[in-house]
Amino acid sequence: MSIAATVTDPGVTGSSVKSWKAPIGFGFGALLALFVFAIGGPATTAVFRVSDDSDRFRLADIALPANVVGWVVALALIAIAVYSFLQIRRGDRINRWAGIAYAVLFVVGFLTWVVGIADRPSISLAGLVAGSVTLAIPLIFGSLSGVLCERVGVVNIAIEGQLLSGAFAAAVAASISGSAYVGLLAAAFAGVLVSLILAIFSIKYLVNQIIVGVVLNVLVSGLTGFLASTLLSRDSATFNSPPGLPEVRIPLLADIPVIGPILFQQTIVGYLMYVAVIVIWLGLFRTRWGLRVRAVGEHPQAADTMGIKVNATRFWNVLLGGAVAGFGGAFFTLVSVSTFTRDMTAGQGYIALAALIFGRWNPIGAFFAALLFGFATNLRFVLSIIGTDVPSQFLAMLPYIVTILAVAGLVGRSRPPAAGGIPYVKE
Amino acid sequence: MSAANGPNAEGIAEGTAAPPPIPGTVETPPAGGDDRGRGILKSIATGSSLVAILAVVLSIILGGILIALTDEDVAAASSYFFSRPGDTLGAAWAAASGAYAALFQGAVFNPRADSLALMFRPLTETLTVATPLILAGLGVAVAFRAGLFNIGAQGQIILGAMFAGWIGFSWHLPFGLHLVFVVLAGFVGGALWGFIPGILKARTGAHEVIVTIMLNYIAIYLVGFLLTTPSFQNPGSSNPISPRLDETAVFPQILGPQFRLHLGFLIAIAATYGVWWLLNRSTVGFELRAVGANPFAARTAGISVTKGYVVVMMLAGGLAGLAGVAQVAGTERVLTSGIAASFGFDAITVALLGRSHPWGVFFAGVLFGAFRAGGVQMQTLTGTPIDIVLVVQSLIVLFIAAPPLVKAIFGIERKKKPRKASRAKATVSGGAA
Repeated sequence: MSIAATVTDPGVTGSSVKSWKAPIGFGFGALLALFVFAIGGPATTAVFRVSDDSDRFRLADIALPANVVGWVVALALIAIAVYSFLQIRRGDRINRWAGIAYAVLFVVGFLTWVVGIADRPSISLAGLVAGSVTLAIPLIFGSLSGVLCERVGVVNIAIEGQLLSGAFAAAVAASISGSAYVGLLAAAFAGVLVSLILAIFSIKYLVNQIIVGVVLNVLVSGLTGFLASTLLSRDSATFNSPPGLPEVRIPLLADIPVIGPILFQQTIVGYLMYVAVIVIWLGLFRTRWGLRVRAVGEHPQAADTMGIKVNATRFWNVLLGGAVAGFGGAFFTLVSVSTFTRDMTAGQGYIALAALIFGRWNPIGAFFAALLFGFATNLRFVLSIIGTDVPSQFLAMLPYIVTILAVAGLVGRSRPPAAGGIPYVKE
Repeated sequence: MSAANGPNAEGIAEGTAAPPPIPGTVETPPAGGDDRGRGILKSIATGSSLVAILAVVLSIILGGILIALTDEDVAAASSYFFSRPGDTLGAAWAAASGAYAALFQGAVFNPRADSLALMFRPLTETLTVATPLILAGLGVAVAFRAGLFNIGAQGQIILGAMFAGWIGFSWHLPFGLHLVFVVLAGFVGGALWGFIPGILKARTGAHEVIVTIMLNYIAIYLVGFLLTTPSFQNPGSSNPISPRLDETAVFPQILGPQFRLHLGFLIAIAATYGVWWLLNRSTVGFELRAVGANPFAARTAGISVTKGYVVVMMLAGGLAGLAGVAQVAGTERVLTSGIAASFGFDAITVALLGRSHPWGVFFAGVLFGAFRAGGVQMQTLTGTPIDIVLVVQSLIVLFIAAPPLVKAIFGIERKKKPRKASRAKATVSGGAA
C-alpha cells in the first residue's frame, strides 16, 4: 500500500460508476466564489504590474475592477459546475479542459479578490511569479526524488531528511573548499547517504518503508542540529559561510516580461531543475529503463519473471532519488540564504511529498503542483507587504487544505504505483 | 485486571486466541499482543528483548562516539594523536561519559541535591515529560494496530490542548467538575482531528499519512491564528499567548508543589491499561486488530472496515488530545502555539520502540522522557546539544526494526532455522500494512 488513494481499499464504498465528487466540489467552489469574490468583491481596482521600471521592455499594467472580475469568475465557475454535473449525469467523464479552466478561473478570481481588498491593491506579477518559482525549486527536486523512489515501489517519506542533509553538506563542503560547485556535489552525495540507509533497511532488512522514512527524518534533523551547534557554531568562518551560487543571466531572453526571469535568469540549481524534470519525465515514460522501473513499481513479480532484477532496480533508483533531493537541498544554503541553520528545511520535504501525490506520480505533474505550493507561499509574503485583512495563517493553511482535497479525490483520482511500500521477496 | 474483565471478557479473549474467521492472521507475533505473560516469555525466548537491549546499547555507543568526535578537547588532543594516543582516547572517554553522566543526573538521580527527596527530583521530571509521550504514543500505537499510520499526533495534541485550554481559562466551574470538562474537551478536540483522516480514509481512500501530515500544519496555523483573537489571547498581551488556566482547571501536583509531576501521569497509566484492555480483551479491539491484520479478511468476516478506520482514528486522536491536556493543564498551564513541542513526532518513535504494545509504549515513553529530561541537564552542564538525544532515539528505533542487523553487528549467530524473512515480515506487519 502506498501513499494516497488506494483504489482497492476495502473501506472504499464508492464502487458506483458515476462519481459525483467532482461536480459537488465544483459546485461548492462556485458558491464560494459567488459569495466571496462576487457579492463580497471590493469596489476597487486590482493592479497587477507586469513590468518593473528597470526592465528593458515595458508592458502596460493589468488593472482589473475587482467586483466585476468577481462576478464574471463566479458565473463562469457556476457554468462549469453545471456543465460537469450534466456530463456526469449523461454517464460521461468530466472534460479535462473544464477542470483546468475551472482551476485557472478560480485562481484569477481569488487573486483579484485578495489583491482588491488589500490596503494598497497593487502587486508585481513578475515578482509574484518569479518568487513562486524560486520557492518551488527545492519542492520540485524533492518531489522528483519521490517520483524516482515511488515509481519503483519504495515509499520515500525521507525527502525531508534528504533535503536537510543536502543543505547541510552543501554549506559545509562549500565553506571548506570555497567553491559552491563542490557544495553541490557534496549535497547530492549526502542525499545518497540518506537514501542508502533507506534502501538498506527497506530492501535488505524489509523494514516498513514509512517507518524508516520517518525515523530517518528525525535522525538527520538530530545529526545536523547537533553538528550545527557544535562544529558549525564553534568555527562558522571555516564550516558555515558558503559562497553563494551566482545567477546566470542569459542576455535578451531574460528580458522577456514575466517568463524571462523565471526561465533565463536562474542559478545553476534553477536551470538544472528544469532539466531534471524533463529528463526524468523522458526517462520514465520514453525509455527502456523507465519501462523497467515502472514495471518494478507496478508488478514486481511480473518484472522478475521478465528477468528484471527487482531489488537491484529499486536500490539504484532510491539512491538516484537521494542524489536528486540532496541536490535540491543545496538550494537552501547556496541560493536561498548563506548559512546553515538547524531544521532549515522546515517541513518542505513533506510538502514535496504532497506535491508528488498531487502531481499523480508524474514529474511534470509534480512540477506544477510544487509551483502551486511555491505560489501559495509567495502570495503570503506579497500580501503581507501590501497589507491585507486576510489572516496570514489562513493563507498559510491553503496549500495543505488543497492537498487534503486532492488526496480525497476531489481533484481527480490519483493512483499510486501498485507495489508501493511492499518489500519484494523472491519466492 | 481480574475484576474489571469478568467472565465475559475472558470469553472474548478465548475468541481471540482461536479466531474462526481469520485463522492465523491476528496471531502474528508483534501485531497480536496475545497474553502478556506468555508474550514476554516468548519474546525473551525468541531474543527480541535481547535485540531491544542491544539496540539501545549500540545506539548509546554510537551517540557517544559522535559526542567524542565533536568535542573540543578531543580535537585538541588528536593533533598530537600519534605521539600520545592515550590523550585522545582519554579525552574522548571523558567527553562521552561526562555527557551521559549529566544526562543520567538530569533524568534519574541527582546525588548532589540537598535532600533525599530532591535527589529523586530528576526522576519525577522524567515522568512528567514522559506523560504526553506515553499518551500520544498510545494514540500512534492504536492506529498502528489497525494498520493505519498516524503521523498526526502533533496536530491532535494541539487541538486537544486548544479545546482543553479554552475550557480551562474561559469557563469558570467548581473544582473537580471543571477538570473533568477540561479532560473531556481535550479528548474531543484530538478525536475531531483524528476523525478527519479516519473518515477520508474510509470514504475516499485518501492515505492517512498525507492527510495527517497536512492536518499537523493546519493545526499549527489554526492555533497561531486563534491566539491572536480576543477569545484566546491574554487580555493586555500582544504575544500569542492565552490567559492562565483557572486553578480549578489544572492537574494537581501529585507529589507536592516542589515536583512538577501531575495527575496527568496517573491518567497516562490508566490510559495504558485501558488501551491494553480494549485491544486485547474487548470485541472492538479484536475487530480493530483484525482490520489491521487483513482488511479484506475482516470485511469478509462481517467487520465494518469503514467504521473501524473512523473509530480507531478518533480513539488515536483522542489519546493524543489527552497528551495535549497533560501539556496545557499539567505542565504549561497556559496555551501557546508551541504547546505540543515535538511530542507528536517523538510519539511516533515511542510507538515504534514500544512495538505498538500498550505497556511497551509506556516504557518506551518513560525511556524517551528520561532522554529528554536528561538532555536538558546535559546541555546545561556539559554543553552537549540536546539534539544528540534525537540521534540516539532514532538509531534505537532503526536498530530495533532490523533485528538481523543488530545480531550481525554483535555477532550473534542465528542458531535456529534461518527465519530472517519471516521475522522481518513480522516487523513490517507491526507497522502500517
